[in-house]
Parts: sequence; structure tokens; C-alpha cells
Amino acid sequence: MKLSSGAIRLVIPAVSLAVLLAAVFYMQPRAMSYTGLNLLFNLAVPIALATIAQMLIMSVNDLDLSMGTFVSFTACVTATFLQTSPAIGILILAGAIAAYAALGVIIHIRQLPSIVVTLGMSFVWGGLAVLLLPSPGGAAPGWVRWIMTAKPPVVPMAIVASVIIAAITHFLVMRSSLGVLIRGVGGNQRSVERAGWSVVGLRAAAYAMAGFFAVLAGIALVGLTTSADANIALRYTLLSIAGVILGGGEFVGGRVSPIGAVIGALTLTLAGSFLSFMRISPDWQIGAQGAILIVVLALRLFLNRLEKREKNP
Amino acid sequence: MNGMRTLGAKPWIWSFAAAVIVWVTTVWFTGGSSAVGLSQATLTFAAFSIIVGVGQMFVITLGPGNIDLSVPATMTLSGTVALKVMDVQDSMILVGLLLAIFVGIAIGMGNYALIKLLRIPPIIATLSMSFIVQSFAIWTNRGLRIKPPEMLSSFATSYTFGIPNVALIALLISVLAWVLLEKSVYGRRISAIGQSSFAARMAGIPIDGTRFVTYVLCSVLAALCGYLLASFSGGAALNMGAEYLLMSIAVVVIGGTAVAGGNSNVPGIWGASLFMFLVVSMLNTYGFGAGVRLILTGLIIIAVILAAGGRKALR
Repeated sequence: MKLSSGAIRLVIPAVSLAVLLAAVFYMQPRAMSYTGLNLLFNLAVPIALATIAQMLIMSVNDLDLSMGTFVSFTACVTATFLQTSPAIGILILAGAIAAYAALGVIIHIRQLPSIVVTLGMSFVWGGLAVLLLPSPGGAAPGWVRWIMTAKPPVVPMAIVASVIIAAITHFLVMRSSLGVLIRGVGGNQRSVERAGWSVVGLRAAAYAMAGFFAVLAGIALVGLTTSADANIALRYTLLSIAGVILGGGEFVGGRVSPIGAVIGALTLTLAGSFLSFMRISPDWQIGAQGAILIVVLALRLFLNRLEKREKNP
Repeated sequence: MNGMRTLGAKPWIWSFAAAVIVWVTTVWFTGGSSAVGLSQATLTFAAFSIIVGVGQMFVITLGPGNIDLSVPATMTLSGTVALKVMDVQDSMILVGLLLAIFVGIAIGMGNYALIKLLRIPPIIATLSMSFIVQSFAIWTNRGLRIKPPEMLSSFATSYTFGIPNVALIALLISVLAWVLLEKSVYGRRISAIGQSSFAARMAGIPIDGTRFVTYVLCSVLAALCGYLLASFSGGAALNMGAEYLLMSIAVVVIGGTAVAGGNSNVPGIWGASLFMFLVVSMLNTYGFGAGVRLILTGLIIIAVILAAGGRKALR
């Protein structure tokens, strides 16, 4: 059977996730249950959504350094306005998505470096979050809590949600014509422009979609934690970038994979649980996470070489 | 009009103009009484961002995707290790300094080894490295707060002719960096690689060697900054580098260095660092709360970028 290069790209993230999962089961057989799996992957849902958002930005060759503060901000909105007066909450979140689209337009029209603009925005989102919730608090709206703690039969919610996210974004980014065009902007902006498409519009769409998924990440996070604070998701910026790369995405060229990104996010979440099962002293847990990242990327290099050898024997 | 245009064409002019405007508004608001104190505080705190910013600038000059995210962890580790070794003894100051530099060299080498051997994008390589370095720092620190040697801490907190000593060190480093960048073969090489890595390779420039030196240089400057910051603030803390991650990138880019690489700017880093600290102290003077302060800082950064914008950028 001949695998496409896109499928080979997915092999590495999938294999590393499987290996990590096997290691966790080996060390803690009790994790091999409905509750165990749910606990292992629970926090993966918001991370996966944030990773998808980052992936959309990366598919037009940009990078979003404000992802963590933005998810924190949306979490704060969810725990305050969306809970007390849903209409205003939805309006604020819609405004935030519109702000993302506007960022995409400004970055394109003024040819600004996205790193710096999003860096500036990270202060803005952080400030807004602090204004909303100066100290940790708020409460999750009932329906959010209900969705995130739902117990579907046989397969835990965290897994069901991850599969749904992967399926929807795969269709959106890889199959729909909008997704193809957005990736085209990342691959060769000029040719998309010459073919008569509006690059500004496509960038705005990519940013708006990223904003939408980041909003979902914030809502999902509050559903799990039941309350929020202004710094709740700061590490999502780096996690989301690492998740995209782990999932086989590239920084430039519009080469991204939504399924890979979700798997990457799951791998990163699992790495954390794996380390606590290993009883590694807390001092070294961050370091071990770095080491896992390096090992997975080394594996990817190895498989990329195999792929190349197959192409030119 | 012509003169304005030549001046406007210098990318660093914007950051200085912005810094001056903010300085004047702040001093004006306080009725002129804060002029000296504000200037000294600004120079002191800007000095730290300048030192890490210069290192980050060399890395960013290498071209798209080159950013060193291990700066904060490097600062923390070098500060912790140096203070631990010096153990409040004045006689060990030099040993501590050498050790801090050694830590920088080791981390820089590690960074480049990951980038080169595993072909990992620099952002992810330096990020993974920073996790490991941070762990080392936690392990070395163990919650202890060791004071810096008396002589060192009084040097770091005092002034020469009214100018903070740390600012003088930053000035020395900046002048050296400028000479290195503009007048040396190495500086020309990193610009060439940043403009077109392919053309640089065709011209026979040793790309690997140059990139290696650049990553080591950046880590050494971060380590040096960690050493100074720990001495200045009376001890190393595990989160002491945290704010310098975004700061080191922000000052480089606001200072007019092209994010796409190949075109760097030392004076701009000064303007941008002074500006960044002045904005914070201006908003403090006006008595804004933390939230409003953050929002305004962000909006001002974006406004400066918009005003200076339109340069060729890749990301």
C-alpha cells in the first residue's frame, strides 16, 4: 500500500501518541478505563482547540503570540458575562472574533510583522482579562459545565470531543474551498492573488476562524475548571505552537494538518500525566517535557528521511 | 522637508521620538520634579532589556524563524548559579562572572546543536531547551535566596557621574555590538545570511559557523544580563527572566530591526527599551490600574508599529 505524503506526516504524531499512551498504561494499568482516559485527556480539549486556532494563523505564514492571553480573556468572559447575562457575553465574544479578523486585515494591508502585532495584542487581552477578573473567580455557565462533564457511553467525552474537533477542522481546512485558499495564501500568496481571489479577505477569514476556535478553547477551559482567572491559560501560547509543530505542521508554506494538530495537543497533555506517573521530582518535570518534545521531533526527522529515501531511490 | 524625509527614513528615529514624547508627558504631568529620578530609573531598567535585546537582535537578523526563546531561562540559571558560587564573598565576583558566561556558552551550544542536528525550527528548539534549563535552575535554586556579594550589588545599584552603572555596561555592549555588526566580517555575514541564506551559501559564507556563533552570543548576553539583574535586585528568583521573553523581542522589532532578518539596528534597541519602560512609568504616574495599564501598553506598541510600519516584513 502506498501512503500519501500527507498520511506519512500523520504517522509520526500518531505513533508518538500511541507509544506515550502505552507507557502510561504500562505504568498505571488502572488508567486503562473510562474514568482513567477521561482524566488523562480532559485538559486536552481546550488545548486542542487553541492549537487549531494557532494552526489557522500559521497556515497563512503568521504566528500568534497572544493565544494564551486571548484564551485567558475569553475564559474570563465566559465565567462572568456569559454566565450572568448571556446576550452581552455572546456580543463580547463576537466582538473579540471581529477584532481577530481586523488584525488579519491590518497585518496584511500594512505589511506588519504578525509576531509584533500579536505581542502588542497580548498586552491588550491580558489587560482586559485583569479588568474583568482582578482576582480568580466567576462561575461556569450551566450548559458549558454540562457539555464538558457529559458522560457519553463507551468512549469518554474528552476523546469524543477531540475526534469531533479533528473531523470538523479537517473538513474545514483540508476539504472546503475556503480552507484550500487559506492554505494557498501560505503557500504562494502571489498566485492566489493573480487567480483573482482577495488575499485580504482570506486572511481576515483565517484570523476570524482562529479567533472563533480560541473562543471555544476559553469556553471549554472554564467548563472544566468551573472558574477563571486572568492568567489561566498563559502557557497556551507556547503549547499551541508546539502542538502544531508536533502534529507535522510547518511555520511557513501553508503546510498544516488539523488532525495532526489535535494529536499533537493530546500528546503534549499526555506528556504531563506521563511524567507524574513516572514519579519524576517536580523540579525536573518541565525539563522532562522539553526532553519529550526533543525526542518526538528527532523521531520526525528520522521518518522524514525515510520518506525522502522512498521518493528518490 | 528633505531633512525630515532623511530623518524619517532612519528606522530607529521612531522609537526615540516615541520615547522622548512619553518622557516629556510624564515629566510635564509631575511638574518637572521627577525629571532626574525618572531618567535614572529608566536608564537602569532599560539597560537590562538592552543587553538581552542586543543578543536577540543578532539572532533575529539571521532571518525568518530565528528567535531565541531560551532567554528567560538562561537569565534565571546564570543568575542562580553565579550567586550560589559567589556565596556572598567579594573575592569570588570574577569567578561568578566567568561561570555565568560559561552557562551562556553551554546553553547557546545546546540550542544550536538541537537546531542543526535535529533540524528543529529554532523557535521550538530554543523552547525545548528553555524547559530543560528552567528545570536546572529550579534544581539549583531550591527556594534559597542567596544575596549577591556586597561589592557587586553596590556596583550594580550605584551611579557614575549620575548615570547608572548598568546603563554604562549596556552602552559598552551596544557599542561593541554595533562595531561587530557594521564593521566586522562576522556582522556582514549574519546580514548576508538574513537577506538570502541561499545567496550567502553560494558566496561561500560559512553559514553553520556564523549561526552557531550567533546563538552562543545571544545566550552569553542573556546570561550576563541574568548575572547583573540578580546582583541588582539582591538575589535570583525563578521568574526573574519571565518578562524579558516578550521584552527582548519587542525592543528589537520596535527598534526598527526587520523581523524578516538581514537588517538590524543597534540604536533602535536603546530607543525602544527606553520607550517601553517610560510607557509603564507614565501609566503608573497617571495612576491607572493594572488592567488599563496593560491595555494601553499594548495599544501603544501597536500604534508605534503602525506609525513605523510599511517596512518589508515576512511574518
